[in-house]
Amino acid sequence: MLISTEPEARQRPEGDGASVSPSNPAAADAAAVQPSPKRLVVDVQNISLTFETADGRLDALSNVSLQIFDGEFVSFIGPSGCGKTTMLRVIADLQQPSSGTLLVNGMSAENARLARSYGYVFQAPALFPWRTIENNLKLPLEIMGFSEADQQQRVERYLSLVNLTGFERKFPWQLSGGMQQRVSIARALSFDPAMLLMDEPFGALDEIVRDHLNEQLLQLWKSTEKTVLFVTHSIPEAVFLSSKIVVMSPRPGRIIDIIDCDFPRDRSLEIRETPEFLKIAQRVRTGLRAGHAYDE
Amino acid sequence: MPSGGIARHPWVERYAPLATTLLALLVIWYVAAVAMNLSLVRGGFEREETAYTLTDLISGTMSAERPLLPAPHQVAYAFLDGVFGYPPLAPRSLIYHSLVTITATLLGFVLGALLGIVLALMIVHSRVLERSLMPWIICSQMVPILALAPIFIVVLGALGLHGLLPKSIISAYLCFFPIAIGMVKGFTSPDPLQMELMRTWSATPRQMLWKLRWPSAVPYLFASLKVAITISLIGAIVAELPTGAEAGIGARLLAGSYYGQTIQIWAALVASAVLASGLIGIVGLVERGVARRMGAH
Repeated sequence: MLISTEPEARQRPEGDGASVSPSNPAAADAAAVQPSPKRLVVDVQNISLTFETADGRLDALSNVSLQIFDGEFVSFIGPSGCGKTTMLRVIADLQQPSSGTLLVNGMSAENARLARSYGYVFQAPALFPWRTIENNLKLPLEIMGFSEADQQQRVERYLSLVNLTGFERKFPWQLSGGMQQRVSIARALSFDPAMLLMDEPFGALDEIVRDHLNEQLLQLWKSTEKTVLFVTHSIPEAVFLSSKIVVMSPRPGRIIDIIDCDFPRDRSLEIRETPEFLKIAQRVRTGLRAGHAYDE
Repeated sequence: MPSGGIARHPWVERYAPLATTLLALLVIWYVAAVAMNLSLVRGGFEREETAYTLTDLISGTMSAERPLLPAPHQVAYAFLDGVFGYPPLAPRSLIYHSLVTITATLLGFVLGALLGIVLALMIVHSRVLERSLMPWIICSQMVPILALAPIFIVVLGALGLHGLLPKSIISAYLCFFPIAIGMVKGFTSPDPLQMELMRTWSATPRQMLWKLRWPSAVPYLFASLKVAITISLIGAIVAELPTGAEAGIGARLLAGSYYGQTIQIWAALVASAVLASGLIGIVGLVERGVARRMGAH
């Protein structure tokens, strides 16, 4: 059994023994607005994951602990191989940890998956090319046994949520990359999961489209109040979107810093020019650099 | 545009290359017919001790009753005569024989396609089955069908099966192979991301099959169906040879070779070529219809 008590875990949600003090100026005034005790959605305790590869053992995750509360927007940032994608996949039960405990919505990751607790967005839209946009949105709903009328209603609601009303009958190849990715976000939301897991969803898109989608994603987050777990390797993206930033480092994959980032929910792109923003970005950058110095 | 107007016409662009190769083929065929039949015709004249000129020789090569290589117009005449010269169900009608063969072909094709798809499904869903089935599937195609066909006919005959079914079984035996191989490839073709998405939605294996694996396999299905349908026609024709069948394209080929009726053999060959291209054409049409419904561009 784990010895660490819950409240303590909540206050010190970092891995690898690195001490973190979650203090920053933006957090102070936002804290007043936040309704305090939030429900724990993801509870990761001392998780490790080791791959056996041809080149030997690879520690994708080493002794990682993390708590995520209802309604948070948590970004995972770090160089490739730091385990940020693995982290998301473990939470999604696409991969199983070698050791440690993991609770999602108070259940095991497998039960959480079976209970359809999350929608997953990959870097590629992964739409089904033989289905129209409408039918792509319906796919998870068909699988989960939603009624025909409900399916239709949800298609309308979620297509308009990502500003794609009117594209119902189009096939994926008729849409741009950014539009396709919006469809895949709508698809992930369509069955109203508690969490949205996003693995570098805008990584393949150009800067302008990415900015635009970042703003839309924030609006979605604000209007749906979902818990979002977001993997990225862009510092500005992470700081702009998140309420919490998890900085990770490779070999072995671990968390080296957790930064609270409590700009108001309806932030605009302009906040990227403010000193608070730059300060947090600087702290993320320092963390990333420290992670690198660790093994060179 | 007056200049180059005809050469640029879409019909010309589309059919000119085909017409050119056809023309070249005809020329080569005629030359070959003269060359191959020359000694035969000359021998005929010499046996009858009649005088002959070069013109007689050449016109003889074009109209011999049992030429080594019949001239194209002889084949064309025999084919058209076979198709239109008799009531469709007369024993000399090529339509009758084609119908007999096509029935066996289609039945064999359907059986083979089902067998191929079922085998592919089993292989895709079980590593054990893949290891145990795959070598046998490959082995089955290493034995020449000409050697196997008589055995099949005898065994099935002993079981009381005659006529259509044994022919279809031989045809199915040949054509299940490309379908099984193609569908194994097709069922495993979905993008890993699509597979993982299905997993995040906790899709059942059956939903995985119908909503992902099957639609992903459709292009592979049609590619292998096109190969399979010609093979199943060949299978049906080959199956008619050892049975000494009285009807069918194979029976016409066999009878033609018994009696040295080369023209009849060639006419039957043309008939099978027409059948094969018709069958492929139908599969192609269905494929296009399906592809359009699945959003192909």
